[in-house]
Amino acid sequence: MLLIPCPFCGARDETEFVYGGDAGVERPRNPETTTDEAWTDYLCFRDNPQGMHRELWFHRDGCQRWITIERDTRTHELGAVRLSRS
Amino acid sequence: MRRQPFRAAEGGHLVDRSEPLRFDFDGHRYEGYQGDSLASGLLAAGVRIVARSFKYHRPRGVWGFGSEEPNAMVTTGIREDARANLKATEILLSDGLEAFGQNAWPSVAWDMGGAVGLAGRLMPAGFYYKTFMAPTRGWSALYEPLIRRMAGFGPAPAAPDDAFYAKRRIHADVLVAGGGPAGVAAALAAARAGARVVLADENVRFGGALLRMPGEIEEGDGLAWIDTAIAELETMSHVCLLRRATVTGYYDHNLLTVAERPDDDVEPSTPAVRLWFVRARDVVLAAGAHERPLLFDGNDRPGVMSASAAAGYAHAYGVLAGRQVVVAGNNDSIYAVARLLRGAGVAIAAVADSRSGGGVPDLPCRMGWVVERAVGSRRVRGVLLRRADGKPEDKGERIACDFVAMAGGWSPTLHLHAQARGSLDYDEERGLILPGRAGGVNRSAGAAAGRFDLDGCLAEGWAAGLAAATSSGHERPVGPPPRSPNRSAGDAPVSWQVGPGKRFVDLQYDVTAADIELAAREGYQSVEHVKRYTALGMGTDQGKTSSMAGLVLLSEALGRPVARTGTTTFRPPYTPVPIAAMAAGLVGEGRDALRRTAADDWHEAQGAVFTAAGLWRRPRYYPRDGMEEVETIEAEVRETRGGVGIVDVGTLGKVDIQGRDARVFLDLIYANRISTLGIGRGRYGLMLREDGRVFDDGVIMRLGEHHFYLTTTTAHQHAVMQHIEFLLQTVWPELEVYASDVTEHWFAAALAGPGSRALLGRAAPELDLSDAAFPMMAVRAATVAGLSALVFRMSYSGELSYEIAVPADHGLALWTRLLSEGREDDLTPYGTEAMGVMRIEKGHVTHAEADGRTTPDDLGLGRMVSADKRGVGKRSLDLPALRQKGRRQLVGLSVIDTQARIPPGCQVAESSDMKPAPPLGHITSFCYSPTFGRAIALALVENGRARTGQTVHITSPMTGLSMAAEVVPPVFYDAQGTRLHG
Repeated sequence: MLLIPCPFCGARDETEFVYGGDAGVERPRNPETTTDEAWTDYLCFRDNPQGMHRELWFHRDGCQRWITIERDTRTHELGAVRLSRS
Repeated sequence: MRRQPFRAAEGGHLVDRSEPLRFDFDGHRYEGYQGDSLASGLLAAGVRIVARSFKYHRPRGVWGFGSEEPNAMVTTGIREDARANLKATEILLSDGLEAFGQNAWPSVAWDMGGAVGLAGRLMPAGFYYKTFMAPTRGWSALYEPLIRRMAGFGPAPAAPDDAFYAKRRIHADVLVAGGGPAGVAAALAAARAGARVVLADENVRFGGALLRMPGEIEEGDGLAWIDTAIAELETMSHVCLLRRATVTGYYDHNLLTVAERPDDDVEPSTPAVRLWFVRARDVVLAAGAHERPLLFDGNDRPGVMSASAAAGYAHAYGVLAGRQVVVAGNNDSIYAVARLLRGAGVAIAAVADSRSGGGVPDLPCRMGWVVERAVGSRRVRGVLLRRADGKPEDKGERIACDFVAMAGGWSPTLHLHAQARGSLDYDEERGLILPGRAGGVNRSAGAAAGRFDLDGCLAEGWAAGLAAATSSGHERPVGPPPRSPNRSAGDAPVSWQVGPGKRFVDLQYDVTAADIELAAREGYQSVEHVKRYTALGMGTDQGKTSSMAGLVLLSEALGRPVARTGTTTFRPPYTPVPIAAMAAGLVGEGRDALRRTAADDWHEAQGAVFTAAGLWRRPRYYPRDGMEEVETIEAEVRETRGGVGIVDVGTLGKVDIQGRDARVFLDLIYANRISTLGIGRGRYGLMLREDGRVFDDGVIMRLGEHHFYLTTTTAHQHAVMQHIEFLLQTVWPELEVYASDVTEHWFAAALAGPGSRALLGRAAPELDLSDAAFPMMAVRAATVAGLSALVFRMSYSGELSYEIAVPADHGLALWTRLLSEGREDDLTPYGTEAMGVMRIEKGHVTHAEADGRTTPDDLGLGRMVSADKRGVGKRSLDLPALRQKGRRQLVGLSVIDTQARIPPGCQVAESSDMKPAPPLGHITSFCYSPTFGRAIALALVENGRARTGQTVHITSPMTGLSMAAEVVPPVFYDAQGTRLHG
């Protein structure tokens, strides 16, 4: 079980958090001019990297903040952790 | 009762001879002492056969001393108290203990299945795979029951285990796994340095190897030094000492589990097992080493055992495993064992040392001799020795004995290190697999790291404890490390004897050396495949004593170095953990928090029947004297539609939204436009997921210029908040909007029915309830029943209705005051069942319809989607898949036969024959409608709206029921909405 250093609450068990997926996904700025293909890419397609992955987690049972974490998908080693909104 | 013929006249630091205990094994009564394990009690009583083996039903005796025990598996207790597959070595004897040998009928001493042993040659590796191939039908009918009767362990208990299990969570600077000399030294050093220390050991007493064999520390008895150290640790408030506690798992980020089996004699309320979750900054792995077996024919016979265990029974319990012993092995430990046994009163028949050399003068040594075979079947009666370097035709020498103590060297306990994904190094010269690079933040010390001398264990443990304390930021001075004059390493050369016969590698799963060689001949190369093919190491002991031998044999058979063969994956748990312990707190009452609305006390006093809605409980209906459930629900509906009813809607999610950009934001998160809402007005809103499916719905009220209050469904309170925060924090952080979940802050009740206006008029005399002053979808602040409230005019039931919200602390007062005010109106409280009937009649959707697959158009809500604004999910509605023909659309179904009732789980089909065919759709909600006098349903049906007026069939292939129904618009009741305006 991961120990996630929440910038507000300190190190907390993974069970307090909800995984929110790849932090690198950007919502298209103008959805209506985005092609079907680009839009479905945004909706459905995600990389599955071996190694460092920037991802979103929501501290549901804590401060209700979305945080962005770097996690090595092979070892669960964590890199930088920061608030997503900043 | 039988006496204790194999109890030595004195000795045994774990037992209290002043306290005799009685216990039963397989129906016979025996005597032991306080402090005995079941294994030592059985040995003292002279019971040699304690189990039957898994495959061949061979008689087996006690082999080991602790959790490595492969043989002595027993069941304790009977029926609902039965616990199967426990190791006799780990059970503390208690007065009146009842235990049974396993895998035998009628008893382990006389087992009918033992006849299989004669045919044992017919069951080589892969026997099941090769034999039970065809016909497949035969598997369940014939083979499986047969195998299940013959193979396996103890029976599952006949009733649920009503024992108490518990969990505990703790943070530590340093967790020390193993309380032998290395572990205790580590804990002492770390604790003196100031670190918060958890020291866990699986035995009843700290000391590790010193429990079995004496040693000297600091010019005194080693165990006495351990006791002094433990006494010092016990005075420190930052130290937690756990006895009978096995560190079973090493998980991510240094989370470790410790299964503690408290001695329930101490206090009756202690749990059977307490599972600790320890989050440690650093870990010292000092779990010791396991003694290896020797591989000779008949090495599984009762009486053949680990040498250190044989010594341990004498030293710790004053119990002799027999009268006359042959000690055999490949390292110096055999001399110490032999001397200890001799001192306890055992005759030493021979000490067979496979190494050449001088031996020792005080013991009958056979240098360069090995055991070829153990003689005897139900127990060992002697051994056949031969020269290690001799030819096969050399004549051996038979020596009589009644037990064999074998010392094949030591295998470091690598499990926790490996579970943490540490690397393993093979030391060819020493024949040891050693911990390499650490996976988590940990360090191995002592025998677990390949240090087998007492002085080395103390030094390494001390250093590891200091390092772990330093790494967690504690550096107080600790004094000098403890020393011991015992500096002999006692390493054993790698030598796995080769010879004919049944040489058991894995005693628990009956895997022999021949099985491993056969697997290699048949082409198995990967150690993981060989494990699965032969079952090597798959028993509850997880190969603690067998894996090294198996690995070496496989490498030899394949003609490649051990390092290339590698090991199988070490997975938690290290020792079996009862599922009940893992489930502690996750089952039964108290599993979840129970959410109660502010009016819950009233519902309970009223005898309401409750239903779960997420963590909430809500009244389903309010039972009435002499009325069935169905009649009661119908009455609640009738009285609300005909008069006035009240329902507790305090469970709805409520979100307060404020900020300069609130209107912009609400337009983005709802499919319909919210920004045009006037202050004091409300609007039904539809929330989509980004993929275009309906996510949630609710009502949005505008309370001020930049202030909104919105409701969510009960089920999605948390999901909606998460969604809102996601969008605010990651997608549109530039918006100035503040969202607060205020679900717990407010209580709400709805008055519904034509009589609601009159009742509310009396309760809130200052409020003008005329249509002009208080139209549909308006919100007003008012005093209701003397309480400050927000009143919303909206309707879920389809009747004229008002929802009244007050701060939660006033909820019960509001509820009871409205109830007493409503007495003259015959105000009817109604529950979720009546509410559900009325919403189906009115065609409102819930998550049964908005099931994560449906779009607004599927639900007939397509017109709500604002065409001229952006928003979450909007773009997806233009994707081809969401626009194509043939999607299931929401319709109403009106059952033609007024007597028919719809069973759960129905399909909608073109015909009633129920032959396999793709259905047209499925029922999402159904009820008996007291308003229409027939069963009605909401359904998602292919091209449903185009079928309006057609007849379809509601079919229930599971029950064989089918009924014809007319497709109608989903709003059955008052489609024009005239009743809303009263």
